[in-house]
Parts: sequence; structure tokens; C-alpha cells
Amino acid sequence: MKPLTQLRSRTAVLAHTNIDTDRIIPARFLTTTERTGLGEHAFEDWRYRADGSDNPDFELNRPEARGCQILVAGRNFGCGSSREHAPWALLDFGIQAVLSSEIADIFRSNALKNGLLAVVVSEAEHRWLLDHPGVELRIDVAGGFIELPDDGRFAFELDGFARHCLLHGVDQLGFIRQHAAEIEAFEQRVEQAA
Amino acid sequence: MTTPRTLFEKVWDAHQVVAEKPDAPAVLYIDLHLVHEVTSPQAFDELRRRELPVRRPDRTLATLDHSTPTLPAAADGTRPYTTAQAEAQVHTLENNCAAFGIELHGWDSDARGIVHVIGPELGATQPGMTIVCGDSHTSTHGAFGALAFGIGTTEVGHVLATQCLLQRKPKTFAIHVDHALPAGVSAKDLVLHVIATIGVGGGTGHVLEFRGPAIEALSMEERMTVCNMAIEAGARAGMIAPDDTTFAWLKGRPRAPQGDAWDRAVAHWKTLKSDDGARYDREVRIDASTVRPTVTYGTHPGMAAAMDAPVPAAANAQESRALDYMQVTAGKAMAGTPVDVVFVGSCTNSRLPDLRAAAEVLRGRSVAEGVRMLVVPGSESVRRAAEAEGLHEVFTAAGAEWRVPGCSMCIAMNGDLAQPGQLVVSTSNRNFEGRQGKGARTVLASPATAAASAVAGCIADPRSFFQTSEAAA
Repeated sequence: MKPLTQLRSRTAVLAHTNIDTDRIIPARFLTTTERTGLGEHAFEDWRYRADGSDNPDFELNRPEARGCQILVAGRNFGCGSSREHAPWALLDFGIQAVLSSEIADIFRSNALKNGLLAVVVSEAEHRWLLDHPGVELRIDVAGGFIELPDDGRFAFELDGFARHCLLHGVDQLGFIRQHAAEIEAFEQRVEQAA
Repeated sequence: MTTPRTLFEKVWDAHQVVAEKPDAPAVLYIDLHLVHEVTSPQAFDELRRRELPVRRPDRTLATLDHSTPTLPAAADGTRPYTTAQAEAQVHTLENNCAAFGIELHGWDSDARGIVHVIGPELGATQPGMTIVCGDSHTSTHGAFGALAFGIGTTEVGHVLATQCLLQRKPKTFAIHVDHALPAGVSAKDLVLHVIATIGVGGGTGHVLEFRGPAIEALSMEERMTVCNMAIEAGARAGMIAPDDTTFAWLKGRPRAPQGDAWDRAVAHWKTLKSDDGARYDREVRIDASTVRPTVTYGTHPGMAAAMDAPVPAAANAQESRALDYMQVTAGKAMAGTPVDVVFVGSCTNSRLPDLRAAAEVLRGRSVAEGVRMLVVPGSESVRRAAEAEGLHEVFTAAGAEWRVPGCSMCIAMNGDLAQPGQLVVSTSNRNFEGRQGKGARTVLASPATAAASAVAGCIADPRSFFQTSEAAA
């Protein structure tokens, strides 16, 4: 994972609540054995019309949404399945951060492990962001705040360890493996007790 | 005096290899890792890239279920995969299990089936364990008093390599279910009612503990149905304290402890319940006696109501959109809505008692003209047991299709799917837009409701069918 210290982009808004992982990447694209190439199918059933052309009504197809790396989404984003294909698809599509008032647990965990910033903001801030699509934001990972164009700030909570991993590109598997001796001791203790 | 602890806290505490700290999550030991073809290939690739073995192949169990066709193999042994990529994915898991020494219940196994059906069947799922799988319905195994939850593919790699996960301790949420379910009302109706009560995101950040007399009265299969859908309320895990029902169900299963080890295990398992005075972060009380046959009317599992109750008015633009997608009218009950497809199956409702409930309604009756019904057993064991009872003949005589085990139309990635606009009454767990095929409209229901709806050709209350068959007998 590459270190991520800050992100500066305009926002695109998908105000729908409960955007589930089937919406983000439909199950028929999960037969891949790769992590890459899922971006073209992100939001597939919203994004394209039956003839395969772009659906002009889909928010992320609008000209002003093109190139936006920050997605402001309705409450309970990423609910549903555990498929890590959802953050893979978003990253491949060009989304680097998701802001919402509530983000589903497994999606959030998967996102952060891939360097996709999944950030929960307060209800009031969420409302403001939903009402201001296209606003230019700077997300400061170390400082834990979102900077607005008028220099206002929205502070956000991010687990200290998740923040550390993002800032330094920590290899979490490597981190667990540093505890190999403790894991070994735990197994011996449990297997003796059984 | 020790502080009273919840069931969840007891299991959590017993598996912390390294305790949680403010600046670092716990290193949590995983007793059982279930693996299937969809969420594992990239994890095995990561192990290869790092030249790491699987740390505990003996704690890892794999099966084929998601991408697999449910039509039988041709005479020459070829199987009707929906795409070459689906077939390649299955072969990838076969190759990975062979290369890393993992027990795979593949096509040649008489125990193959949906991962959350076979874990318990084999007795691999046991009280007090930590169980993970790259699948959100891993919550199913919480029915045995295990802490069981879904993980992503990166974490699948972590567990393969280290048998551990980095986890923050979730909060606890007690769902007290008082009184008893009325006759003809199932565990599926109950869990849909619970999700409608607490909301589709109501359990986010929490582990649910289902408790109370209505839960204690449930069979293991019913408890699995309830815990299976904890994730549909946003909770990664749902748990039920193990009791004599649990022990009787597990005894003698292939991977269950035997002899003296069984007695020692049961003595330990009996301690796995929340202590009197244990505190939960949240609690809610549900009166089981008020639950009626329940179905969903919208596009997430929290949009559920008794089928004879008027569909609530849309509270916002999203709900309004959901009702439009479902072609449902607020103020009108779901009962009587015409049905195109009926699906009985999935990790929620594909076990033997589920098939019996559907068969009881279908026996001596026919699937309505124009309705397609698929019955997909959860495992080869379920299939054999159902066939031994002649249930498959009840289904086929009624005009339903009897298939080979797999996830099938629940996730609709194996070619079993509904056409745009079709209404599916489904015993599965998710009614998201397009979940069962692009444009398909899903109504979640119990197996008995699904079967009654197949016969009636519209969403129908199964209780009238039970009464008719009793009167006829």
C-alpha cells in the first residue's frame, strides 16, 4: 500500500442511502481472480443503459463529476457483502475517498486496507457536503480534518492505527507477522489446555 | 468478584493473542477459516508473492459454492459453467488447495455445499470458536455461540498466513426476544421483523446477541437463519449462547470432539453464556408473539413488514425510488402481489427443515402456471437426506426444479438468475436492486411463504395451506 498523507479533489455526490456492494460491483463480475480491471464495471447497473452507452442520468456520468476523487455518499454506504472487489472497483474507477455519515463495517475495513479513505463525518457536515457537490476539499490524513475552500474545517475520527497505516503505507500482514512468537505461544497454551 | 461478561466478551477475551491498545488493534486468533472460490484467489497470490505457506491448513476448510452451476454435469463430466472465467475460478481454488495442503470439499466430495451449511454439518463449527470467511454471511455460525464474521480478501490472506486478524473490539447489542413465535411463523419471519425494527444499519459497529425464550425455543437450523441475517442489520456477527439443543445437534459429527474430549468440551461450552448483570452497549426487546409471516417490500432487508399489513408510505426519496423499482404501492399489502419466480435455497434457508417446510406446502399441489420455482439444497448432505425422504419428488411433482447444491440465485453469479422486471419470492438474504439479476425484483420470505406463493401465483400466507392440509388429512 502506498502512503497517503492528503488528498485534494472536487467532490462527486451520490446521495442515495444504503448503497450496497452489489450496487458498487455486481456479483456477476466477481468471477475474476485479479484485483485489477474492475473500474469499468463500478456502479455498472446505474452507469450504463441497456445498449451499453453511458446513462446520462447517473450522477457520476455528469461532466462535472468526471475526475472527482472524493465521493460523498448517502448514509450506510457499502452495506451488504464482504467483497473487497467493491473498494478495488472504486479505486480503479478513480475514487480515492468516500465520505458519509455512516459506512458499513466490512466495507470500511476493506477500503482502509487498500488505501481508500473511508471517512465518517457528522450528520450536519454530511448534509452540507451532500448539498455542495463539486466543492474542492483537501483531506488531511495526519491532521484528521477536511479543509473547505473557505478554510473552514470538518474534523473526523479515524482509528489511530488505520491512520498510521495510511500515512506510512504499513504492510499489515508484516505487522501481524512481527507477533509470530506470541502467536506460537498462544497456540501452545490453547492446545495444552484442550 | 469478576466483572460479569457477555458471551461475546468471553469469546473475544479467550482469543486475544495481543491485547488491544489505544494505538493498535488486538491480534485475534482465528480457530476456523472457511474458504471459497470467489474471495480467495488474490489472497493465495499474495502468499505466493511473499513465499509464505498457509500457517494452519488443519484450521482451514474450503468448498466450492458461489460460481458453481446447479445443473448436473453432462455424461462426459463437463459442467455447465456460466462463463469460462467462472470455471477458471473454480479450478484456481482446486489448484490453490492442492498446492497449500488445504482440505477442499470439491465436486468429488459428498460433503460439498454452501460454506455456511457444511461448516456446521461437519461439526467444524463449534461453540466458543472464532470463525471467519471471505463472506459476510459467516455470521451464520454465531448460532453455535461462536464469534463468526465476514472478512475481505486482504484479511483472508492475513489469516492464511498467520491464523490471526487485526481487530478492534466491537460493541455489544442484545436482542431480547420474549414470548413465543405463533404457530406457522418461522425464524425467517422473526429475523426480518428484527431487521425492520432496528434498521438495515442498526447493528453497525456491534455484535448482536439474540437471547430470550423465543430464541431458546428455536432449532439449530432456525438459529442459523437468524444469525445469518445479523449482517443485514449491519452487524458483522450475531451470536446465540450454546445450550442442550446445540450440544445434541453437534454430537457425533465428523469434526466434533469424541469420547472424553466431548465431555470436556461440553463442560466448557456450558460456561459460554452472558453472565447475570453483564452489560450491553445497546439493548432492544422484541415480542415474538406479535410476529406474522413477513416479507420485504423494498430494496434492502430493513424494508420488511407483515405480508398482510399495508406497505408503509415512503419516508424519503430513496424509499420512494425503492417502491418504484419494486412496483409496490404504499398503503397496499404485499400479499396478493403476482409472482414470476420462487427460489428456495441459500445459506439462510436451504437446510433440511427449510426444505421440509416448503415440501409440506407443495405436497399434492402444483406450482402455479407461469411461475418458475427452483429448489436448491444447501449441501450434498442436505440433498441426500431430502431425497431419502422423497422431498425431491414432492418438488418435481409440483413442477419445481430440483438442483445441485450451491449459492445459486441468492447471488446470481452462476447463471441462475431472474429476468429484468421479474418478481422473485426468495428465501435468501438480500433484496438489493439487481441482486438476483439486473432489474429483478426480490421479495425475501420464509421457505413456507415461498412455497405458498409458488402455488398461489402471488405472495401468499402459508398458514392457510397448513390448515387446509391438516383438514384434508
